[in-house]
Amino acid sequence: MTAASLLAADPLLAGKVDLAVVLIVALKAVIVLAFLLVATMLMIWFERKVHADMTNRIGPNQAGPFGILQSVADGVKVFFKEDLLPDRADRFVFRLAPFLSVVPAFLTFAVVPIGGNFSDADGGVIELFGHRTLLQLADPPIGVLLVLAMSSIAVYGVMLAGWSSGSKYPLLGSVRASAQMVSYEAALGLSTVTVVLVAGTLTTSGIVAAQHTWNWNLWATGIVPFVVFLIAATAELNRPPFDLVEAEQELVGGFHTEYSGVRFAMYYLAEFMNTVTMSAIIVTLFLGGPNGPVLVGPEWLWGIVWFFAKLMLLLFTFAWFRATLPRFRYDQLMDLGWKALIPLALGWLLLMIAIRVGSDEGWNPILVMVVGVAALAAGYALLVLAGRTARRNRELAGAHL
Amino acid sequence: MTLLATVNSDVPFNVAQNVGFGVIAVLMVTGALRVVTTNNVVHAALWLVLVLAGAAAQFILLAAEFVAITQVLVYIGAIVVLFLFGVMLTRAPIRGEAGLTRSNWFGGALVGVLLLGLLSFTLLDTFGGDRLPADTRLTLRPAAVSQAEGTEPTAGSNVGAVSDSIFSRYLIPFEAVSVLLTAALIGAIVLARKE
Repeated sequence: MTAASLLAADPLLAGKVDLAVVLIVALKAVIVLAFLLVATMLMIWFERKVHADMTNRIGPNQAGPFGILQSVADGVKVFFKEDLLPDRADRFVFRLAPFLSVVPAFLTFAVVPIGGNFSDADGGVIELFGHRTLLQLADPPIGVLLVLAMSSIAVYGVMLAGWSSGSKYPLLGSVRASAQMVSYEAALGLSTVTVVLVAGTLTTSGIVAAQHTWNWNLWATGIVPFVVFLIAATAELNRPPFDLVEAEQELVGGFHTEYSGVRFAMYYLAEFMNTVTMSAIIVTLFLGGPNGPVLVGPEWLWGIVWFFAKLMLLLFTFAWFRATLPRFRYDQLMDLGWKALIPLALGWLLLMIAIRVGSDEGWNPILVMVVGVAALAAGYALLVLAGRTARRNRELAGAHL
Repeated sequence: MTLLATVNSDVPFNVAQNVGFGVIAVLMVTGALRVVTTNNVVHAALWLVLVLAGAAAQFILLAAEFVAITQVLVYIGAIVVLFLFGVMLTRAPIRGEAGLTRSNWFGGALVGVLLLGLLSFTLLDTFGGDRLPADTRLTLRPAAVSQAEGTEPTAGSNVGAVSDSIFSRYLIPFEAVSVLLTAALIGAIVLARKE
């Protein structure tokens, strides 16, 4: 009884759980694993190609057609490299840390609906081998919170790698990285809350179902949470322009300086896997997931097609960021996170709540908007005032020195 | 709830749940002992993560997935991360330190045992004779599930039930805790910026 309600809103697990159901779940798990690995390898190739094109280079072009097998070649090479263990390392934690980076990326992808027919009231349920099911590995009632929890667990992988290496640069890199990830998690969470508020549910399938008929959260939440989420996600992924974690000229290689061979490959893989997963999460939360017009052919196929089209768009955007934006300075990074993104996400959330309460209570929507915006402006003025006072105090203190 | 299930004759004894409880409980107790006995601060924090994850797993066994994920988000994802962050910013030798165990450790152990006794007594005294209510929120099912089972759809989930009780019945304690946390936050800033 409770097991079904806990594990999933998935109708597959609702009735009697027989061998066929177990096999379907196992099949889904294998597909998700294989898909994520292949997508990650292709993403590495894709990003190198896009980056090369944008900087007027050719990029990988030797292994396979268009160099598409380059990641496979790199993977094989890295498997045969020596797996170094620094003398002063904490052996157990040093070995554990890469897994803490890779596993959350996989777990996050389990809650992403990668397809399904959301055009009717059925909420994405399709037929698979005579069983009604959702096209996602798991649909826990706490879907979005799982995503946030996993992104906070990924901090451990970075943090422990730096500490357990027993050397200076990794430690500095990991302190930087974890401070950055912890700071931007708040903005990430606050912009997700806006989505949850609009959708009225925490499950990822519910959020996607709430966005059908072009009611995408991108505009239903008013663009701002999407922008905040995109920036915060880029920082959370330690991708350029927020890649201070591995600023080579300052830190050698960042938290994974001492890693080599397969363990280094795991960090490399985790970085790109997290990019794919985070893009999938953005598609789910803001871009309607597998929602889209059904053109010709079976309905269930178009869900997958639209999902992949949106995913590709976001992956291209991330590659684009990498090729065009220069790296932030550390104080700029912290200023952006704490003084711009978090207040903006929080203020926007409050505004959306005010509008929602106003429409529930039947208040005049224009009045609600005006009062809300005025309150936000007052809050912003206070924030600016506080910032100025702090700066003046700092300058005064500096003058005494 | 696991305890309750054994008392209540209407609910069958759930073997898998109880075995799971036992295994996780052993892990948690071991982890808790290692937290206080290890002489490496970072290892202590990691053992603490094991204990907290065990608590989250116990919540999942009780079908309280919202509390479980909150446990992971707040304790593992924020508090222990900040512990580790603080430790790394100050000092965290890889080899650990010898003098981490204080000479009056048995005083702390005594307090721990007293607390255990007090909590056990309170729980048993308050809930010991309780039975699972007939209309338990645990059996709430999402609409899709009940549709497939052909049963009456029960609106909401545990998440809804938790938020309903927080924002209606326990609103004042909830707000009081929020104010307390804000006060602690401001206090921390004032202490850190004292000039």
